[in-house]
Amino acid sequence: MPDRVDLRGDLARAGRYLAQGLRLMVGVPDYGTYLAHHQATHPERAPMSYEEFFNERQAARYASRAGKCC
Amino acid sequence: MQNLRRHLPWAGVAILGAVSLATVALSRGETISALWVVAAALCVYLIAYRYYSLFIANKVLGLDGSRQTPAWKYNDGLDYVPTNKHVLYGHHFAAIAGAGPLVGPVLAAQMGYLPGLLWILAGVVFAGAVQDFIVLFISTRRDGRSLGDLVKQEMGTIPGLIALFGAFMIMIIILAVLALIVVKALADSPWGLFTVAATIPVALFMGVYLRYIRPGRIGEVSAIGFVLLMAAIFGGQWVSESPTLAPLFTLEPTTLVWLLVGYGFVAASIPVWLLLAPRDYLSTFLKIGTIIALAIGIVIVAPPLKMPALTQFAAGNGPVWAGSLFPFLFITIACGAVSGFHALISSGTTPKLLENETHARYIGYGGMLAESFVAVMALVAASCIEPGVYFAMNSPAAVVGKDAATVAQTLSTWGFVITPEMLTQAAADVGEKTILARAGGAPTLAVGMAEILHQVVGGKAMMAFWYHFAILFEALFILTAVDAGTRAGRFMLQDLLGSFVPSMKRTESWVANLVATGLCVATWGYFLYQGVVDPLGGINTLWPLFGIGNQMLAAVALMLGTVVLFKMKKDRYAWVTMVPAAWLLVCTMTAGWLKIFSADPKLGFLAHADKYAAAIAEGKVLAPAKTLDAMSRVVFNDRLDAALCVLFMGVVISVLVYSVKAIRVARGTARVTAQETAFVQLPAGQRA
Repeated sequence: MPDRVDLRGDLARAGRYLAQGLRLMVGVPDYGTYLAHHQATHPERAPMSYEEFFNERQAARYASRAGKCC
Repeated sequence: MQNLRRHLPWAGVAILGAVSLATVALSRGETISALWVVAAALCVYLIAYRYYSLFIANKVLGLDGSRQTPAWKYNDGLDYVPTNKHVLYGHHFAAIAGAGPLVGPVLAAQMGYLPGLLWILAGVVFAGAVQDFIVLFISTRRDGRSLGDLVKQEMGTIPGLIALFGAFMIMIIILAVLALIVVKALADSPWGLFTVAATIPVALFMGVYLRYIRPGRIGEVSAIGFVLLMAAIFGGQWVSESPTLAPLFTLEPTTLVWLLVGYGFVAASIPVWLLLAPRDYLSTFLKIGTIIALAIGIVIVAPPLKMPALTQFAAGNGPVWAGSLFPFLFITIACGAVSGFHALISSGTTPKLLENETHARYIGYGGMLAESFVAVMALVAASCIEPGVYFAMNSPAAVVGKDAATVAQTLSTWGFVITPEMLTQAAADVGEKTILARAGGAPTLAVGMAEILHQVVGGKAMMAFWYHFAILFEALFILTAVDAGTRAGRFMLQDLLGSFVPSMKRTESWVANLVATGLCVATWGYFLYQGVVDPLGGINTLWPLFGIGNQMLAAVALMLGTVVLFKMKKDRYAWVTMVPAAWLLVCTMTAGWLKIFSADPKLGFLAHADKYAAAIAEGKVLAPAKTLDAMSRVVFNDRLDAALCVLFMGVVISVLVYSVKAIRVARGTARVTAQETAFVQLPAGQRA
């Protein structure tokens, strides 16, 4: 039953996107994407841990000059 | 034949939309269901998205799916990340949707729901969504640069600086007006004040939890925070019923101003992780959740619209805000129809996350349509409450009176059926002592939301809960905007002052930070205080200033778009941005002119100043001022507001002059002069 397997895959993907979307709404991009990118471009350096990554992103979000909308 | 079949479903949408709009517009005398409004809006959005935004994407801008975006070029996994378009849509929507689309339509409802609805729909399709889309496009093709940089790059350094300075002043006014809304909602409301005050310890706890106990677990801490917030609402009820605690949380508006100013200063000075960030999480998730809940509520309940399609105030002279439909409706509803502030977001984080240039249509144009729908829902919520209650809540006491009996009497002479008992009952229903003179949009919207949501969950007994939930939801993200805005303003100010006193620029210096924060808070605090003591309710003064400023920023963004279109040699399509820019210029210049020079003291700042100045000369004291000193302050503030109006008008006129110059140069050249970053082919692996 390939249809059902696909459906489950789609649901899982939708759930992942939803979680990613909610995190990005508060300024935290996907950690997995960051790790993959870091691995691909700077394999010689250790990536930030999730906690460091989170703190770095949190500080960056409010250091911008644009502010929030009305 | 196949071509025709492709358009057939859309013809169906168009017909449904036309029928809905006709029902909304032509019904006279009988109340109609809010569902007609929702259907009309959705059909307009669908058609506009399918046809107009596609036209802009393909013909006008020429979006190129094979062109590399900044997210790929500078990919660092942090600021620049190619992001799934639905995920980015959520991010963009959360960044653009704030209190604006909730407040403007509520205030505009004094003219009836029809004028506001038509402007929201026409405005978003031809101006607001176009602006967000084109600025996102321009910024994406220029390494994700900010609006100020873009204006500098395409028009010159001076207009760039002017635009930035205008943006800073608009932000100060936004902060003042948002804080004013909170003050209006929480004054003399122990339940509301306790609930909102409780969010501060809740946020502090969340901040410590996220930093030290379970670092970075956003979902977990937000769930805990949400439970604590709900507890705070019930706690507020308990406080409001306690004879000893209730008086402690029953505060005068002016006391609240001082508390808010102090709060703003402290909140913008302490580390972000402690208070700002955790409350930002709560307010963002609560905002999204509440908007979805309201949409579901409206569909399930299908409330009848009790407000007439047009009231007698459509001719002008309304009690909530002064002025006639043109031009004042078009500056009263800014966000939801067109909002200049979005140009800062569309040239902020979003272009750095765009996975493919073709997504700019969905995120820029589509994102704004969603915000517009929020505005439509706010309009529905304000129109489904009893019109008498609406005007009792939103009219200043100086116009309709101070107690339920006088207010009901005044409103009856205006033709609204309302008794003092109905007014006290309406207040009791939502757990308040009074709902009179609560202009500012938030309390009215909260009553409307309670009216809708209690029919879905909880029944009459839960109405007071829903009212305070709505107040909490609005106050929460307004307070977040206040301290995030104060921080952003501080950075701008440090940049500005840094050109004269270099040491001010050092953001790691405590002294420089505190001085800049203090200056920023003092500036918006000044306008806030002035608004709170304003006899006509403050909103009457500050909201038009905000509207004029915001629409002028939109005009600046659309003029930038026009310049870029001419530089791209797309002269024949330049009307796409020129027409809305011209409309915004006409509306805001007329509104600005009237606010300064109108002979009607209710409308014109200078006429109002003259009226008070004349009274001072005769030694008379006009209410609500109690001393001649207070009278002089009124005169000074009126003149200050007039000067601010002049300033906004000066900003927009100078940008207009620079735009015309840039367009003439562009037309005199045969080649493309737009300063895009060089085209780089998107490698096959980077396709979405």
